Amino acid sequence: MTEELLQVNNISKNFAGVQALEGVSFTISRGEIRCLVGENGSGKSTLIKIIAGVYQPSKGEIAFHGKLQGNIRPRNALDAGIQVIYQDFSLFPNLTAAENIALNYQLSRNKKFVNWREVHAIAAEAIKLIEVDLDLDAIVGEMSVADKQLIAISRALLQNAQLIIMDEPTTALTQREIEALFYVIRNLKEKGISILFVSHKLSEVQEIADNIMILRNGIKVADGVSDEFDLAKLAYFMTGREITESSFVYDPAGKSPISILTVKNLTLPGRFFNISFDLKQGEILGIAGLLGSGRTDLALALFGIKPAKSGEVSIEGQQVHIRNIQDAMRFKIGYVPEDRLTEGLFLKQSIGRNTIIRILDRAIGWLGLISPKKFKEQIAIWVKRLRIKTNDPGLPVASLSGGNQQRVVLGKWLASNPKVLILNGPTVGVDIGSKMELHELIKELARKGLGTLILSDDLPELMHTCNRILLMRNGRIVEEFTTGDITEQELNQKITESIA
Amino acid sequence: MSHIENTETHNQSLISRLQSFIKNGNGNIVRLLTAVIVIFTLLSMARPETFLTIRNMQSMAFQASEIGILTIAIMVTMLSGGIDLAIVSTASLSGIIAGMILTSMVPPESSAGTVALGLVLAILAALIIGVVCGAFSGYLVAVWEMPAILATLGTSLLYKGLGTAITGGVTVFGITESQFIGNGEVLGIPFPLILLLIVSIITGIILSRTRFGINLYMLGTNPTAARFSGIDNRRVLIYSYIISGVLSAIAGIIILGRTNAMNVDFGASYVLLAILIAVLGDVDPYGGSGNVIGVLLALVAMQFLSTGFNMLLYKSSGANFFKEFAWGALLIIVLIVNHFSDKRRTMRIS
Repeated sequence: MTEELLQVNNISKNFAGVQALEGVSFTISRGEIRCLVGENGSGKSTLIKIIAGVYQPSKGEIAFHGKLQGNIRPRNALDAGIQVIYQDFSLFPNLTAAENIALNYQLSRNKKFVNWREVHAIAAEAIKLIEVDLDLDAIVGEMSVADKQLIAISRALLQNAQLIIMDEPTTALTQREIEALFYVIRNLKEKGISILFVSHKLSEVQEIADNIMILRNGIKVADGVSDEFDLAKLAYFMTGREITESSFVYDPAGKSPISILTVKNLTLPGRFFNISFDLKQGEILGIAGLLGSGRTDLALALFGIKPAKSGEVSIEGQQVHIRNIQDAMRFKIGYVPEDRLTEGLFLKQSIGRNTIIRILDRAIGWLGLISPKKFKEQIAIWVKRLRIKTNDPGLPVASLSGGNQQRVVLGKWLASNPKVLILNGPTVGVDIGSKMELHELIKELARKGLGTLILSDDLPELMHTCNRILLMRNGRIVEEFTTGDITEQELNQKITESIA
Repeated sequence: MSHIENTETHNQSLISRLQSFIKNGNGNIVRLLTAVIVIFTLLSMARPETFLTIRNMQSMAFQASEIGILTIAIMVTMLSGGIDLAIVSTASLSGIIAGMILTSMVPPESSAGTVALGLVLAILAALIIGVVCGAFSGYLVAVWEMPAILATLGTSLLYKGLGTAITGGVTVFGITESQFIGNGEVLGIPFPLILLLIVSIITGIILSRTRFGINLYMLGTNPTAARFSGIDNRRVLIYSYIISGVLSAIAGIIILGRTNAMNVDFGASYVLLAILIAVLGDVDPYGGSGNVIGVLLALVAMQFLSTGFNMLLYKSSGANFFKEFAWGALLIIVLIVNHFSDKRRTMRIS
């Protein structure tokens, strides 16, 4: 008889007008490896956080061990043996492996003093459980990602974990490390521990899962035994379409032969080094790389937020110095930031104000004052041009869906007629339909001559919208690809291969 | 037939326009207006012989004007998500300087020309003091990135100390001719009230019809996004404190005119009263929303309440104590009501 460890019943959650989850139900039994699959923004993380008690669901119920829970607090989830291993692992980088593994355990038993000898013994015991070999005296901050993950797993086991939720555990792992992780996971399964494995990498999911469930736009669209799915079917459920998005072809005809943006040996010590590339009018250049590869720092330098220390930047062949945002704007560089909610939007201000904040001077009329009539006209023009779905642009921008919010942020910069537009994660948290439309919008702008840089974790996005992709690693550009010459799998391998 | 249809559609559009007006964050104005009308009606019924008189209206207008200008001053800085606690000490420093210029330049029985020159110079000097005081507070907040509440607590004490040093703690007087600013009437309308209305209109235009004004609201809503949108946050912040300083100086001149005297301890409780009125007028203490109309309505409501308390309780010795108690209770109640009624709050994502 299988005992049902976790029952999730009809869970819904919405944030600020965005429906993150809608009526999701599933169960996890003892010793089950269940994979939760979905694209970025499909609601996976929200679901995990609800189970862990970090967020409260707007609707629905959760039962641990068959017992219905009321308001779940993180403490309740821990007491029920549910442990989440987040992407950052929540470890203390300045402590040793042994301390990281055993300190929580000691704390949880209400000891007032730490017995250091015991710490080591407990940690040694814990890693024996997962049959791996680790240097327990090493400082965690200096260990590899894979080792950190094992530490996080051991720590979870010590706290009597019965269900371990792993959020995108393979993101920064090499192929060999992934196999080692899978070995550990199968081991845990044999000990009767359940795993909820969250990922968007379909081949891995197929390899490890007993059961697979797929989320799309916050709705569970499929759930079944692993064997029922093949890769094509998984992809179809995940994206809701046969992948038909055509890749972008750069057409140099009618475009200026001079590069719109040339970067030579750009360096910001500690962040990126000797970055050189050029971007032609009408090109869409992708920058791939993991967190910490320096790609966001590069974008921030080009936009003047964290200026580079040395190297050259030229716009249309003219060398320019970008020392602050005002410089970048003068040279017609626009930047759509990574985090729409904290960096891109003024949530409680109106849709209209958010859209035309960059071009208020076009609404100036009598006596140098803003003319309400022109103000409304500009708003109407941009709401229409960007196809923002709203009846009343006077409403707060927080009332829009993610995709429409992203249009507002994009519009804010497009309105100011940039020559170079840097998009950092342009469709994070945007639903599939809007995502394709945004991609089409970006391509359309490129055809009209805009030079675009896209930074993204979303490889299909890079493959579909860019004509070239630069790969960054440890602050350097290590390779350049033309999108037609490489497959997504190859690119993925290149991105993760050299992290050890 | 067609005529009737026309009126109907016209009415409908009025209602839908009103709904859209309320939905777009103006519900507070409707709420405040209702409160003002209710309080006015109640007081008129309770004390028609004292409340509903021209003399009472005038006396309320005199009292409300200087605090009104100070509230608009503090509101401008609250829109940025900050606050200017130095409004009153800026006002008194400006008033002190103006008074000193007047008494030294314009001895009794001077010619009209000397009086005019003295007045112009005194007012100019007071306004410059306001600009400098505001600019320095703004500099600390914008460039040194100090929390506004601490920076302006510091500048507030600094300006007060300066005033004490200049005057030696002694009261400074004005001249007979400067009293018009605080006590004069034009066609029965108190002159300070006229100044308040002019200040309100100009500030209202600056806030809603200039790039600076809209940038200020954006900065107050989300400074990071403002920076990423290319708004020069430092400049906007410094300007907002300069405006606050200038308005405080205008209030200082009015006070000097009304009482014909100024010392560093004048109006110490005005800072808190200004914050109370601003919050009552739905200026968001976290920044990004609030407007002059809300503040004016809140000012009228508060003035009615104070006057009402005085009329109803003038015989009991605890009237003053009860007034402060009522103000404090009102502030807390308003904050609680805002917490529940304000949907924007729930839209803030953790």
